[in-house]
Amino acid sequence: MPFLEITDVHKSYGTNPVLKGITIDVEAHEVVCLIGASGSGKSTLLKCINALEPIDSGEIVLDGDPITGVGVDVNRLRRNIGMVFQSYNLFPHMTVLENITLAPILVGGVAKEAAEAHAIELLTQVGMEAKATAHPDSLSGGQQQRVAIVRAMAMRPQALLLDEITAALDPELVGDVLEIVRELAADGMTMLLATHEMGFAKEVASQVCFLHQGQILERGTPEQIFTDPQEERTRQFLHRVLASGRL
Amino acid sequence: MSISTRMAKAGTPTPPRRVFGLSILALGVWALTAYVFWTGLYQVHLINQAKTPMMPLIIGVIGLVMLYPLLPWARSLALNAGRTRALAASDLRGARASASSGRDSALTSLGFSAGFLVVAALLHFVTTNDAAVTKTFLRADFIAQSWSKVAEGFWINVQVAIGAEIIVLIAGLGIAIMRMLPGRPGRPLRWLATVYVDVFRAIPSIIVLYLVGFGLTIAKVPIVSDLSPTMLAIIALALTYTGYVAEVYRAGLESIHPSQWSAARSLGLSYGQTLRKVIVPQATRRMVPPLLNDFIGLQKDTALISIMGVIDSFMQARLISSSVFNLSPVLVVAVVFIIATIPQARFVDRLMAKDAAKLKAGAL
Repeated sequence: MPFLEITDVHKSYGTNPVLKGITIDVEAHEVVCLIGASGSGKSTLLKCINALEPIDSGEIVLDGDPITGVGVDVNRLRRNIGMVFQSYNLFPHMTVLENITLAPILVGGVAKEAAEAHAIELLTQVGMEAKATAHPDSLSGGQQQRVAIVRAMAMRPQALLLDEITAALDPELVGDVLEIVRELAADGMTMLLATHEMGFAKEVASQVCFLHQGQILERGTPEQIFTDPQEERTRQFLHRVLASGRL
Repeated sequence: MSISTRMAKAGTPTPPRRVFGLSILALGVWALTAYVFWTGLYQVHLINQAKTPMMPLIIGVIGLVMLYPLLPWARSLALNAGRTRALAASDLRGARASASSGRDSALTSLGFSAGFLVVAALLHFVTTNDAAVTKTFLRADFIAQSWSKVAEGFWINVQVAIGAEIIVLIAGLGIAIMRMLPGRPGRPLRWLATVYVDVFRAIPSIIVLYLVGFGLTIAKVPIVSDLSPTMLAIIALALTYTGYVAEVYRAGLESIHPSQWSAARSLGLSYGQTLRKVIVPQATRRMVPPLLNDFIGLQKDTALISIMGVIDSFMQARLISSSVFNLSPVLVVAVVFIIATIPQARFVDRLMAKDAAKLKAGAL
């Protein structure tokens, strides 16, 4: 049984349909990359999985438990799925350590000392332990994004949703952040990531989905998608990305 | 235009313009100001001559200050001459520097003269008609006589202001939260809160004071009608300002970017936890300056409570005023309010400047 089953999900903002029947299965320890132009629905899909946006129809099942519909305990669901955003969204009034330990202490019921020890351990893994007492505004974009990943990981989630996490970074900072994601993938973290980094997608993804106007137009292994795309739209998209030097 | 002619044009340097005209203007304005200023001082001398022996000396010293704008004016003349000399020696850079400094000096002289002109006009205003204005507003003996009673009355204003501010801080938050209640279940309370804010921001506070102060007592509303006039004044002002402060709270909470909500909720924090730990702490910082601004307004409105028969500082001043037939005691109240308000206004300015600097640095 797949770890995450997304079945025929529809979603519109007002009269504007954003998702038009999305179906994806994600196995445990799998890395699924969502590619596609801006506005194709990648971010919206991730938000729907985390119940930050309600869906209009369809069903999302996580580990055998339906997480869409009325009466779902969204807070419990979100504890099991971490999310990292394009613009980091760290809490500016808290230190790095407080950012990371807020949810484990408040929601997870972890003791403060244990939460901080875990946070320091995670920060050390991403080379940020020296910044534990710093405030986010004193960090670079890449450092903030590393903290944001640690913040999501501190809840020990079963899956991670990464929403174009390198899109707002200066080019020379992208590498550090991608390295962390690479390590998470190697550790077997289940991940669903929207990305414009095609080279990276090619390298870590077990499955690549090409979204176009709210639908999955093509899916397959990275080899299939990047070397032998079947759809004309996919070819055009990859061609444009190639022309901009990002593949 | 071909490239070559443009190049030629750029290659011909323009000599700096003369400062002379500006210097003449500065001198003219100074002469006018000096005339007004010195005639004003002369009037002060006429009014005061016999009473204070030191007065002529003081007036003389103040009169000398009027000579100050002549200093930068003289410098502007010298620099203008320097410009001419430098041009003759075809020292273009030196000429430009001299002309620029000369213009600066002439403008400095003009600026000081303009400032003195305003002071001179005020001098005439208070000394005109045999110092009628001074005698009406600035009688030292009446000021000395009323000072302590006005200060005593001001204590009532302070009590009313602080009392109302405490109520407003709590009630305003309540109304703000009511206005932000989500969904259909929240609609009735949301609607009521909106009506409250609209109504009490629309009624002038003096009318609320009047209605609460007299109406509730006449209607013999239980509990409320037994309250002291001071308490009724606190309630009336709190009613008005709760409307304003509720809007400050709401604007502050809504100013926090939705991405902060997303981030907190995605970590599993509930609506309440997000509000308490993430949104409110960030919003309070932004709410403090507008909140203090509203409080300054409230403090000033405490002068209105005298219409309810509360003996506050303004009422005291008016009582003394009418007995001596002079407005100096009322001026004392004005000064007391100024002394109480200006530090707060400066404090708000500083907070806002700090916030703006932070925003510029991209921290918030």
